[in-house]
Amino acid sequence: MSWYSTLIKSSVGKKAVMALSGLFLCAYLVIHLIGNLMLFAGPEIFNSYVEALSSVKPLVRAIEVILAGLFLTHILLSVKLTRDNSTSSSIKYDTNKAGENSGFFSRNMGLSGSILFIFLVTHLSTIWTQFQTQHEAGNFYSIIVGKTVGLGNPYITTLYCIAMVLLGFHLRHGFQSAFQSFGIRYNKYSGLIEGIAVFFWLIIPAGFLSIALYFGIIGAG
Amino acid sequence: MLNNKIPSGPLAEKWTHHKFSSKLVNPSNKRKYDIIIVGTGLAGASAAASLAELGYNVQAFSYHESPRRAHSIAAQGGINAAKNYPNDGDSIYRLFYDTIKGGDYRSREANVYRLAEVSNNIIDQCVAQGIPFAREYGGLLDNRSFGGAQVSRTFYARGQTGQQLLLGAYSALVRQMNTGQVKFHPRHEMLDLVMIDGEAKGIVTRNLITGEIQSHSANAVVLATGGYGNAFFLSTNAMASNATAIWRAYKKGAFFANPCITQIHPTCIPVASDHQSKLTLMSESLRNDGRVWVPKKKGDKRHPTEISEDERDYYLERLYPSFGNLVPRDVASRRAKEMCDLGHGVGETGLAVYLDFADAIERMGKDVVVQKYGNLFDMYKQITGENPYEIPMRIYPAVHYTMGGLWVDYNLMSTIPGLYILGEANFSDHGANRLGASALMQGLADGYFILPHTIGDYLSGKLGEAVSIENDAFSKTETDVKNRIDNLLSINGNRTVDDIHKELGLILWENVGMARNKSGLEMAIESIPKLKDEFWKNVKITGTADELNPELEKAGRVADFLELGELMARDALNREESCGGHFREEHQTKENEAKRNDEEFSYVAAWEHKGESLPAELHKEELIFENVELTTRSYK
Amino acid sequence: MKVILKVWRQNNAESQGAFETYPVENVSGDMSFFEMMDMLNDQLVLDGKTPIAFDHDCREGICGTCGLFINGRAHGKIRAITTCQLHMRSFEDGETIVVEPWRAKAFPVIKDLIVERTSFDRIMQAGGYVSIKTGGTPDANAIPIAKRNADESMDAASCIGCAACVATCKNSSAMLFVAAKVSQLSLLPQGQPERVERAINMIAAMDEEGFGNCTNTGACEIECPKEISISHIGRLNREFLKASLKG
Repeated sequence: MSWYSTLIKSSVGKKAVMALSGLFLCAYLVIHLIGNLMLFAGPEIFNSYVEALSSVKPLVRAIEVILAGLFLTHILLSVKLTRDNSTSSSIKYDTNKAGENSGFFSRNMGLSGSILFIFLVTHLSTIWTQFQTQHEAGNFYSIIVGKTVGLGNPYITTLYCIAMVLLGFHLRHGFQSAFQSFGIRYNKYSGLIEGIAVFFWLIIPAGFLSIALYFGIIGAG
Repeated sequence: MLNNKIPSGPLAEKWTHHKFSSKLVNPSNKRKYDIIIVGTGLAGASAAASLAELGYNVQAFSYHESPRRAHSIAAQGGINAAKNYPNDGDSIYRLFYDTIKGGDYRSREANVYRLAEVSNNIIDQCVAQGIPFAREYGGLLDNRSFGGAQVSRTFYARGQTGQQLLLGAYSALVRQMNTGQVKFHPRHEMLDLVMIDGEAKGIVTRNLITGEIQSHSANAVVLATGGYGNAFFLSTNAMASNATAIWRAYKKGAFFANPCITQIHPTCIPVASDHQSKLTLMSESLRNDGRVWVPKKKGDKRHPTEISEDERDYYLERLYPSFGNLVPRDVASRRAKEMCDLGHGVGETGLAVYLDFADAIERMGKDVVVQKYGNLFDMYKQITGENPYEIPMRIYPAVHYTMGGLWVDYNLMSTIPGLYILGEANFSDHGANRLGASALMQGLADGYFILPHTIGDYLSGKLGEAVSIENDAFSKTETDVKNRIDNLLSINGNRTVDDIHKELGLILWENVGMARNKSGLEMAIESIPKLKDEFWKNVKITGTADELNPELEKAGRVADFLELGELMARDALNREESCGGHFREEHQTKENEAKRNDEEFSYVAAWEHKGESLPAELHKEELIFENVELTTRSYK
Repeated sequence: MKVILKVWRQNNAESQGAFETYPVENVSGDMSFFEMMDMLNDQLVLDGKTPIAFDHDCREGICGTCGLFINGRAHGKIRAITTCQLHMRSFEDGETIVVEPWRAKAFPVIKDLIVERTSFDRIMQAGGYVSIKTGGTPDANAIPIAKRNADESMDAASCIGCAACVATCKNSSAMLFVAAKVSQLSLLPQGQPERVERAINMIAAMDEEGFGNCTNTGACEIECPKEISISHIGRLNREFLKASLKG
């Protein structure tokens, strides 16, 4: 058996690949947030930033393909692992006080992940699609704050806010968990990793949330 | 008629010579032999693994679901070896001498010397298996001291040495299970031994899940089924520990040696109520730093912290200035009982003495105490609800280990050819009292280093012998076993198995316990058979034979304890002396120490079963001491 | 005091099980949970009923035989103990106590509260050992081992194989159990020669037995009677990845 099949056939290997895809997605969040924060600088700067990205279209497309691959890997492996796990337990306990030995979100990564997936589909089918189709108009800023698919729509804002809070909880468990799956979260480094984790599960989702809240409630007005 | 097969020659060369002169089985012939091993604790698992490594086909049986559940796992303190790593003057000879002396000169010189000799191999073996023994900062092994010795020779893995050694033997065993050289039968209880032409050729087992009765044949049978302390109902043994395997062998002709010699461990958590199901031992290592005391005033019910220093009697330190709190187990136990009998006992029942760590905490600091004994203190707190860092522990002796067991010769073979007995199930090495940290040593010595060398001598003569369960002896034994089970289930009386077992336990504890006397023993000999009759007339077991039925399992074991209990009392009555764990009140010195009678009782009492209605017959194996001088043990 | 037991009863592996309720009177706080069960069982026998089957042996927290899910927690709510070390003083007078067997596909119920854990032995067979024979080993002090490694190895080695980790895990994962053995041996020089095979084979055996995957919830270390840390799972992951990537 080749090293790759040993790895991917095993539960531990699947977890590691899933963790790796997750960490890459985390890295992407940083870039995404930096771009989004330009919204605060006003329509001109934001629009010219998006225009600038368009000038390196092949690169953007390549990144998009990679991102799609990462999402797909992350999601498909999670479905596979969850299905394996559901067959590993037999009858459920009549009384199970799981809350006394583990955190709610650590036990419900599938739930937070599924809601994030709905958000992702919505996000792509609205903002991303509009960016592609209305590229000629050049007014990306107005798409973001607009009432149709943008933060001017209270339903959209609500979905974004919920999704970002869930993203926080998803990463709160997921980020550290990824290091555990690689086997590099043990006592010596756990403090360091916890510190970095805060950036990912707290600062980044808070950054996105601030955009949603600002343009959804105050800024757009 | 008892031939102990002790080789001639100087003590230190006996084992080497014996290994050389024993017949061997050719490596390519070993696969032609089947060996049955019953019990997979330290002795059984180490034997099963070692024999399988040599190439024998091993069938191993346990009533547990896994070999890792055996009660060897509960040994806390450590394992002795004569490594002399601390440079404090230890040697094989000193370990031998301490063990003979600790055993109150009722064990065989040759066996004990061999035990000391292989003790060092055991440590090497266990370390190589990856057992995480305690180490010093330099990376070398740490030792601690233990009762009955003035050197530090005990290797340990926190308070879980037995667990680690068992898991080591278990790892060797699962490795052989993986290769198929050992076939392990979990949840199978041996219910009888099968004899063909006077030799042991197989066993009959009950599958504890389905109730199926099965026969298994082999060229030799090894019993490593542990001790019979549970005859007392309350003991530090595990709930399922029992004597059935050795008792069935006894009834098929194996002699039972020194059945009365029982070790009562001094440091156990006292009985709390009538519903007590077992007693928990606190490692003897606690006596390294804890100080034993009782109030000087009788019936003093004050809180221990209110009793001032000069109102306390540190009786072990007072009576035994040189060994102090580290006197051997039998001495510490008996003195505790004596203090309680005199009215100095503490706690609600008055059946306890204090083991105080206040001085140790002051001397070493709480952190060191936590590090050394933390898990024991936690365990104590969990059971009693009291915090031993603040108030002294209450301890009381409890039945712990049985030095008696089936008689074996130097090869560990019983009086039945082809039947070998290992570990606590045999009588061989501890004489009248076992020293702390020596049980693990003996179990592993028997399994790793002795049986693999001695079994070939018997097997080599059996080359080509085919044993099959088709033989009538198997079907006949199966029928006996089934009939006995049917009998048990048909009684349908009105007393539970435990109820009768508790009554037996009480008779034994009162009369065949820490102190024995003629009238008490005679009373026990009279009342135990009556209780046995009561059992067979009035026990109630629900359920059927062909299902998982724990009550039925217990009943079979208690039925055997009821017979063994009587033999224990008979043996105790016969032994008109005090030695080690056997204390006859009629035979004591002016200072209440045990008084041996070497003139008349320097022998192993081996009892032969003569039939259901006849008393057992006593055979004597004289103990010959050529190397040590018999002295009165003194720990003053 | 008095308690009401709601206990899972099941005749054998094939039959359907169900809960039954038993009031137990005259319980004292100093009784262990099992002594309370013994008392109930004695009464059931005298009433001609089948006593409740449960696994137990040493009753001092080391053999790993016992294991009950009590009021929604493996080994009950007290930290760092086995079921046999649970005492009745931890319960309220009149409390209803729900008692269930370990639940996992790899641990079929064989009667009432007894499950079969031979799957653990099969995992151990796959590599939970150092392949040495009896005899011929070097002097014990020939291999110095740093105290901190020996101590950490001992932390892992203290596993009693009770399977509370699997029982409490929402995925019925046996990672903590496997990690304890792999970690113990990987910390010691004796474990080095077979390090690669051990990690790969034990994980393969674990997957084969139908245990789930670890999702790092940490419930296992909270319920472990020996408080074995999930940092050992981290080490197992590392050992496995290194083994499969580097060989």
